[in-house]
Amino acid sequence: MNWVPEVASNLASKVDAVIWFITVISLVFFILISIFLVYFAIRYRRRQENEETPYITGSHVLETIWTIIPSILLIVIFVYGFVVYKDMRTPPEDSLEVTVIGRQWLWQFKYNNGKTTLNELYIPEGRPIKLVMTSEDVLHSFFVPAFRVKQDLVGGMYTYLWFTPTKTGTYELYCTEYCGTGHSTMLGKVIVMSPQEYEKWEKGEEEKAVASLPPAELGKQLYTQRGCNACHSIDGSSLVGPTWKGLYGHEVVLQDGTKVTADENYIREAILEPQAKMVKGFGPVMPSFKGVISDDEISDLIAYIKTLK
Amino acid sequence: MANHTIAETITIPYLEEKGLLSWLTSTDHKRISIMYLLSISTFFVLAGISALLLRFELLMPGKTIVDAHTYNVLFTFHGAVMVFLFIVPGLAASFGNFLIPLMIGARDVAFPRLNLMSYWIYLLGALIILISLSKPADTGWTFYTPYSIRTGTDVILLTFGIFVLGFSSILTGLNFIVTIHKLRAPGMTWHRLPLFIWASYATAILQVLATPVIAISLLLLIAERVFGIGFFDPAKGGDPILFQHFFWFYSHPAVYIMIIPAMGVISEVIPVFSRKPIFGYKAIAYSSLAIALISFFVWAHHMFVSGMSEVAATIFSFLTFLVAIPTAIKVFNWTATLYKGSIDLKSPMLYALSFIFLFTIGGLTGVFLGALAADVHLHDTYFVVAHMHYVMIGGTIMGFFAALHFWYPKMTGKMFNEKVAKIAWAFVFIGFNVTFFPQFILGTQGMPRRYADYPPQFHSLNELSSIGSWILGIGMFVMAINLLRGLFNGEKAPQNPFNSLSLEWQVPSPPPHENFEEIPHVTDWTYGYGKKSA
Ligand code: HEC
Ligand code: HEM
Ligand SMILES: [Cu+2]
Ligand SMILES: [Cu+2]
Repeated sequence: MNWVPEVASNLASKVDAVIWFITVISLVFFILISIFLVYFAIRYRRRQENEETPYITGSHVLETIWTIIPSILLIVIFVYGFVVYKDMRTPPEDSLEVTVIGRQWLWQFKYNNGKTTLNELYIPEGRPIKLVMTSEDVLHSFFVPAFRVKQDLVGGMYTYLWFTPTKTGTYELYCTEYCGTGHSTMLGKVIVMSPQEYEKWEKGEEEKAVASLPPAELGKQLYTQRGCNACHSIDGSSLVGPTWKGLYGHEVVLQDGTKVTADENYIREAILEPQAKMVKGFGPVMPSFKGVISDDEISDLIAYIKTLK
Repeated sequence: MANHTIAETITIPYLEEKGLLSWLTSTDHKRISIMYLLSISTFFVLAGISALLLRFELLMPGKTIVDAHTYNVLFTFHGAVMVFLFIVPGLAASFGNFLIPLMIGARDVAFPRLNLMSYWIYLLGALIILISLSKPADTGWTFYTPYSIRTGTDVILLTFGIFVLGFSSILTGLNFIVTIHKLRAPGMTWHRLPLFIWASYATAILQVLATPVIAISLLLLIAERVFGIGFFDPAKGGDPILFQHFFWFYSHPAVYIMIIPAMGVISEVIPVFSRKPIFGYKAIAYSSLAIALISFFVWAHHMFVSGMSEVAATIFSFLTFLVAIPTAIKVFNWTATLYKGSIDLKSPMLYALSFIFLFTIGGLTGVFLGALAADVHLHDTYFVVAHMHYVMIGGTIMGFFAALHFWYPKMTGKMFNEKVAKIAWAFVFIGFNVTFFPQFILGTQGMPRRYADYPPQFHSLNELSSIGSWILGIGMFVMAINLLRGLFNGEKAPQNPFNSLSLEWQVPSPPPHENFEEIPHVTDWTYGYGKKSA
């Protein structure tokens, strides 16, 4: 079993060192206390009713010792925790900045080249990354265990964090500040690419190729890029949300029992104002994609959904 | 009581009079104590059942029994009820009420009618909270803004209920402070007081000083929801972090309101069952006060990643380590008390020893959370859930169970079945560790708290934790049945079954209405175990 998550940032091993350091000190104390407790409880167990016991009320020497030693250790732990923390809070000048916007319940990332991604953060390996974060609604918190970084997103102000990814791969991103019904579905991914791959991604070479695809194909890509696949299946099974298979043109039963036919306008509204017409049997967890997904993209998604018969 | 003469009331056991009304109108501190005890236990059961439901939902990934919103409602109910209706009034209002007058040699608390009023206010607050369940809140017991301002659920009634409960807490605290200052029997000097009294005193100070702050913050929250005044919502120009400061300025000291009385219980149980004076009386007594005072200056250790400044985080981290020192001292002193004792492992002692063991884990894991770099990773993960439960169940509840078993004969005049009590203890101890220890690992691996669902890699440890909660539940159920059965079938309790030297054991079980036929003259401290002259 892994006690700690993968180590994938420059900060991770430093934080782990603090955690292990405290673990060792704690274990020493814990084992000492446990040994004494168990030993005394057995050794001095009452064997007959009227046993004599000594009248010991304290010992200044002992009490001084066990005040001073823990105090010193605690101060050492404080300093160690602080030193690493200072590092975690001091981003290098040449960091690559990405803006993070949290909203109920999705992550939006804005890059310097004007790109925007949803729920997937793309960054190059080996370069310090500084995330400048804010929230559009309630509190959220950006947490990537593999990087050992966490920071709340607060409306009306910017918070930040930084790290240098040290390994290419895909890492899980969690929201760790309770933000309502969809809190535990507010998940994302951090994709760390090699610098070359990142350069390609940044120039948007793939995207150009994509632009010439038919709408339904584009919609298919949006389905995963925009994170719809977290909640909607295309094979008929129910996830957090209803499946898209056979959605278009069929009747949908709403929470109040009324029925509507899923046409273009229904789907459009479902994307922009998901809680306006709630599908029966599902909770109000779908985030609104208003301002996040363009009209073009909505048309592409509709085209894609039409193909899922 | 009014129809009896003084001479009679001194001899009539306090449990004698029957009928609901005679209870609800009684100003006898012992009756009020029992009413609190029954009320908080009821809420403990309700919140406990919701905890079992939460754990059942987490048994497997995906939806098991409830949807995300219901899960959120359940953890809000569980947390809020456990904290505000069970553990904050908790030991102070139940055992504190029963024991303070008896232990210091008084006939009652300083203001008996105020005491009864505190109980009624508690009931009123509880009632309001129950009414709020018609549209139960989903904010968590922390009510963080701006979510608590924007959610459509009934936050106002829940917070108003907690606001009302605050008055009960403040009045009880005031009453105890005055009682301990003014009503000590002749010869009961400060340094002869049982340590439970010192603990109750420190707790009462916290209740009086800290509670008004939560009352005000909840009022501001209500004002923001009702009138739209922008205190905390950034959309209205407010500051959401300000609310967190307000909230924790109360709720951190509140953690000590919860734990200090339990520490007091442990300081009573350990000497009696090891026939030894408490080791380092003064250190324990003053460390309660020290903890109470320092606890006012550590609140922001809950906010290291909230967006607060780094300087503030550093200062609060440092102060947090200071509060750990008096806590550590107590643990060492209790352990040292056992040395060369005559240790009787009866159920109260088993719970007291469990307290030391589990609370040590709770305290040490708190050191991780106080260290800045470690907290960044561990904050708001299951590590915190585990830490909090090791402190609250491993600490406070173990103390509460120790108190229940220790003073049961005094309170009820009956004995319970000791063998069954020990079996129940074993289930509770094992079940507790199986439930909550895996959560330390889950948290370190990165599982966030307040998650209605989790990614599959966290499955096996969650499953283990849920199975543990059933063992724990069984243990508590057996314990409850055993104690209830004792009321009906138990043997009659002697005056002092455990040979304690404390004053409450020198009166009959159950004690008469006015406790003492004659106010005792105290000539020695309560911990003279093994003293040759005695
Ligand atoms: C967090 C989970 C979640 C995500 C992510 C999500 N949805 Fe939904 N969606 C739901 C739920 C739950 C419902 C049903 C309740 C409702 O109507 O809001 C739903 C309903 C819908 C409907 C109506 C379906 C029906 O059967 O009537 C459409 C269309 C839809 N979503 C499109 C999308 C698109 C497009 C995306 C991605 C851009 C997306 N959703 C992302 C959870 C989600
Ligand atoms: C009986 C055994 C108990 C079990 C199985 C249990 C289980 C749980 C669970 C599953 C959560 C939700 C965690 C999350 O999703 O973040 C929780 C939260 C909590 N519990 Fe317990 N619990 C128990 C007893 C207690 C007790 C005795 C107390 C306090 C006296 C307590 C206080 C809390 C608090 C304050 C929270 C936080 C609620 C929140 O996040 O808003 N619990 N508990
Ligand atoms: Cu969240
Ligand atoms: Cu605190």
